[in-house]
Order: sequence, then structure tokens, then C-alpha cells
Amino acid sequence: MSKKWVYPLSAVVLGSSLMLSACGSADTGKTEKKPETATPEQPATNNQATPAATTPAVAPELQASIDQYQKWVIEQTDQLVKSTEGFTNAVKSGDMETAKKLYAPARAYYERIEPIAESLGDFDPWIDAREGDVPDNEWRGYHKLEKALWETKSVADQGKVADQLLQDVKQLRVKVESVDIDVKMLVTGAVELLNEVSTSKVTGEEERYSRTDMYDFAANVEGANEIFKVLKSTVEAKDAALATEIEDRFKALDQELAPYRKGDGFVLYNEIKEDQVKKLSQALDALAEPLSKMGTILGG
Amino acid sequence: MDTKRLENIANKKMTRRDALKLAGVGGIGLLVGAGSMGALVQPKPSATKVATSSDSDSVNGIIPFYGKHQSGIITPMQDFICMGAFDVTATALAEVRKLFQSWTAAAARLTEGKNVDDESDNPHLPPVDTGESIGLAPMRMTITFGLGASFFDERFGLASKRPAPLVDLPHFNSDDLRKEWTGGDIVVQVCANDPQVAFHALRNLARIARGKAVLRWVQDGFQRTSAADPTGSTPRNLMGFKDGSNNPKVSEPAAADEIVWAQSTDDPAWMAGGSYMVMRRIRMRIEIWDRSSLDDQESTFGRHRQSGAPLGKSGEFDDLELNRKDSKGNPVIPTTSHVALANMEGKVKILRRGYSYSSGMDIKTGQLDAGLLFVCFNRDPRKQFIPMQQKLAAADQLNEYITHVGSGLFACLPGASEGGYIGETLF
Repeated sequence: MSKKWVYPLSAVVLGSSLMLSACGSADTGKTEKKPETATPEQPATNNQATPAATTPAVAPELQASIDQYQKWVIEQTDQLVKSTEGFTNAVKSGDMETAKKLYAPARAYYERIEPIAESLGDFDPWIDAREGDVPDNEWRGYHKLEKALWETKSVADQGKVADQLLQDVKQLRVKVESVDIDVKMLVTGAVELLNEVSTSKVTGEEERYSRTDMYDFAANVEGANEIFKVLKSTVEAKDAALATEIEDRFKALDQELAPYRKGDGFVLYNEIKEDQVKKLSQALDALAEPLSKMGTILGG
Repeated sequence: MDTKRLENIANKKMTRRDALKLAGVGGIGLLVGAGSMGALVQPKPSATKVATSSDSDSVNGIIPFYGKHQSGIITPMQDFICMGAFDVTATALAEVRKLFQSWTAAAARLTEGKNVDDESDNPHLPPVDTGESIGLAPMRMTITFGLGASFFDERFGLASKRPAPLVDLPHFNSDDLRKEWTGGDIVVQVCANDPQVAFHALRNLARIARGKAVLRWVQDGFQRTSAADPTGSTPRNLMGFKDGSNNPKVSEPAAADEIVWAQSTDDPAWMAGGSYMVMRRIRMRIEIWDRSSLDDQESTFGRHRQSGAPLGKSGEFDDLELNRKDSKGNPVIPTTSHVALANMEGKVKILRRGYSYSSGMDIKTGQLDAGLLFVCFNRDPRKQFIPMQQKLAAADQLNEYITHVGSGLFACLPGASEGGYIGETLF
């Protein structure tokens, strides 16, 4: 939640016990006590530092959405650990064919929850940096192994990179348990996921060597769709037409993606023609525009 | 050329600016010559005032959006154009109607120099307007909407309403049309005396269209600004020649009705008050042109470069007199020169409203990608643009230096009154 929200709310909490009882949150008891013993300056500082102070602003149904989403993120990260382990095992055993097969599906779990991973520190550069995104001597993660598999075609010296990657996703799994998600993060996260597609997936810049960009494309969209799903009833209550529009556009984009599905996965990026890329990109923009208006549930 | 016109020109009044802007830079395809095509536009006395107020005669003022006709057609030319074609992705006519209603409301606000809509006070939402024109004047912006033939296919049940003049343009000799620069279900022409104001409008209209229509092509264009040429002399095209001093005098309603506006007696009636726009993206072979001799250049156009006068004459607006012969009995103005062919014996007229374009560089050849964004309006292209272009495409010496790479024919809808919307006579 933004600081803009926290300050005025804190002021209200401090200044009016009537407002406190009106909030009716389980946490109000805790916050209520602090002002009683504090000097006028201190409570503000305390509230600023205590996440609990923001809790009363979250309506119960939104808190349920957040909880639902966090549960999903944890499930995805569980899957990520499992799939990454399969992939890194293949790399370490030198089984390049298996590693190549597992690479794109394994990463998809990460692509679905990318904004959350980004909010937790350096996981994104550790796990998902492309060559040139970080200094060469710090480069690690999926794309380093991608290059070894498809470009240099040798994983003989990649054991340490594989171990590190697995360790990183395991640490991410631990962290998502306690991640503090708020509604604003959800709203911006959904748009960020589509922006990811717009800037690097639809252009074929994400998977330089494996050309498996469409897996990431679909995973980012699925991640955004999950956020919309948990917020849908709230969006509907505020602006029913917007909810319908977003839902329709998700369906339309899914239809645009359909021709590129192949078995359990997708065709390679270089099999997609220029005008097809344009259509995908425009369908994505058509979805991202109304999706960016989900912020309407944050007041105003 | 009549004497009165000569006087107006010779006097170089401030009124020349508007007059010549209306005449336009015109197009190389059709354009420079046509000496007998009609008198120059009558200067408007009101245009002499200093351009600081926000009335429609000042360089930064408001051109009313609502009216019997759409603006941006017989409106004296602005300095910049930003034109985009859209393909409709919506599948229901109701959605298209809604798009045009939204576009109409937005266009009316934008042309008044306002934001596209009122801003929200919710800081968690993206701004309603994209913001780059905040604080900028209206700059005589016009926004003009048209429909391509493809709009009348089976999708919206409007096939029977396709106007007869909205034909598929025939293939012209030397056409080298590229798919990415051709066609479109809808065209939006934005013109303004400021490029940022024009771009802002097209950008916000494209944003409104998201999910209903997608961009197919976009082309910017320019002509010299009034600051660069306060006298308002005839603009030059990128070949260095004066271009477009012979546009019809559409400030006279009778001329506009005859040449530009579809009439209620024309078929179909729903187009009455509209007009047909032709767009041609004409690439100039700049490098080749630049190494051809002055003699070649002048005989290609049929005019002198410096003065703009017909070959063998001294005044820009002197009569062409195409039957003049030199001492060997050859025509002074070659019969295959641009002016000789474009003249069409003075019988066929169109209103030209083209702009120069520069789109960087051709990455294959390293040459400049520049030329003319030819735009013209006519009442029936079957009788006006098409025969003219067929003649030019077949024989014009200029063809050696130009290639038509983009093309479109659009039915520009009748105007709307406040409370109505563009397209209401059709859907």
C-alpha cells in the first residue's frame, strides 16, 4: 500500500477513536493502545514502521482476494522449485536433450509470479537476467543455462550455475511465504506482467537462444489473469462494464494465442510471422488498456 | 490567369498566406501544373489580423469540429499532418457505433485544445489524457474521419451501403504499393499548426480505439511553417519546386459543391456533405533527383525551378499556354512534362491537400525515405482522381523519380452537429 494512503489514515486513527471503532478490524485494538501512551510525535513514527497500521484500510473481501492470491503464488513457487530441480538435475547430469525440453515449462512458473519475485529483492536478476542485463561476472540463472544449452552447446562447466539457480528459487519459495501483498501491488502487478510481454516477449527478445518466448508470453498473461480473477468481484462492484471488458479481452487474447499452441507447449518464436506478431501485440495492448483501469477499485 | 488574381499575388498581402495554404503544397503526382485548372483561392480579408487570439483565423486558434461538413477538407492547410489508418477488430456494429461516438466527443474536445476527457482524481489510475498537449493552444487542429472500402465487407452488414464512388482503385502504371502502407477500414486525418498537438490527438484516438480497432499505418507530414515564410509564398515540395498554386477556389461554395462535396442527389444519400479522400504515399528517389541536371528537372516539371513560372515565361502564375512551340517546332513545355499532363485540359479538378514526409532512412539502401503524402478530396474519384492519375501514371516524366508505395481511398463522412456523431447517417 502506498505511503499516501498510510499517512492520512494514521492521522485519522490517532485523532478519532470513533473512526477506530467504525473500522471494525481485528487489529484496531492493537493500534488503539499505542496513542494512549505515546507523545504526539511518536505515534506517527510507530505507525509508519508498523505494517499493522495499514491493515484497517483493507476491506475484508479484498483481504480474502489477497489471501487467495498469495496461496496461489505459493503453489506456483512450489511448482517452480520442483520444475527447476528437474531442469538443473538434467543440466548437471549432462543430459542436454532433457534439459532443453524442461527449460521453458520450468521457467513458466516463475514468469507467472514475476512481479512478486521482483518485490522481494534481487531474485529477478538472479533467476531471470539476460546476458548484458547485469555485469558478466554476476550473470547467473536460467538464461545463462539457456545460452549454454542452445548457443555454446555445452553444460560441462554449468554445475555451479545450476546449483545456484536451484538455491535461488528455493530461497524465493521461503520468502513468498511472508511476502506482504497489498491491493496496489496486485493492480500494478497485473499491468506489469503484460508490459513484460509487450517489451520483451512479443518482440522475441526474452529467449535469444531457445526461442521459447511464447511460453513466457502465455505465462505472463496467465499471471495477470490470476490477479484479475481474485479481484474480479471487487472490480465488478465498482465498474461492471470494465470487468466484462477485461474478461472479454483476456478471452480474445487467448484466442490469438491458440494457433501457436503445440502439444503441451508452444511453437518457437521464429516460426511466427511478422504480421502475426503484430496481431498478438495489438491484442495484448487491447487487454492492457482496460486492465490498467483496475486501479479504480483503489478509491478515487 | 485573370488580372485581379495577379494583383492579389503581386501585392503580397498578409492574405496570401491563407490563400496559398488553401492552395496547398499539393502533390507531385497531379499537382504542380494544371495552370488552367481554376483560379487561385480568394484571399480572406480577415486573415490579416495578428495571430494571437484563439479564433479560427489565427495560427493557434480553434477550427470548429461540428458542422455540416467535417473540417480538415476545405479548411486552409495547416503546417503539419499526422494521419493514421485503422482496421476494425470489433465484430459488432454496435461497438463500431460506440467507437465513433467516443471519437466524436473526444475530437470535439481536442480541437478546442482541451484534454481528451475530464481527468479522474484517483491517483491509482493512469491519467485519462496522455498529457503532452497540456497548456498548448488549439493550433487550428482538425480531425477528419473516413471509411475505406473494406469497412463495407460482410462484417457489419453494410455491404449494400457501400458508396459507388468508393471503388477499388485500379492498378496504375509504376505503382509499387506495399501492404503496410495501403488500405485500412478507417482513416483519421489530423492536421494542426503544431506537430505535438497533432500527434497527441491521433495517439489519444488510438488509445480510445484499443480493443475495437488497431492501427494499420501512420504517416506524419509537414510543410514549411508560417514562421519560416511569413509572406506565404507557394510552398515547395522536396524536389525543390513550387507546388500547388492552382487548387480550385473551394472557398466559393459553388466550387466546393461541384468539386469536393458529395451531394444529396449523388448516390448514396447518406454521404451528402461528405467527400472522397485519396491518400498516396509517394516516395521520391531523392538521390537520383539530386544528380539530374537543372534542365532535366525543369523539363520534367514543365516549370522553372526558381520562379515557378511555366517554361519560357517569367511569372509563377502566368498561363501555361501549352501550345507554344520553340524555333524547331517542338512544344516549349514538353507534352510528357508533369504540368502538361496534370492540366487535363482544364476539365478535371480535385482539391489537393498534401504534405511532404520524411521517415528517416531506407535501412536497405541507406537512402532517404522521403517524399509526398499526397492527399486530395473529390466528389467522385471515378470522374476526377482516377482518370487524372491514369494519365499521369502512363506518361509523366516525373515517374522516373517517384514511386507510389502507399494508397487508400476513403469515404470521408458528412459532418455532425453537437449531440450527434460522425457516421450517424450510415450506422
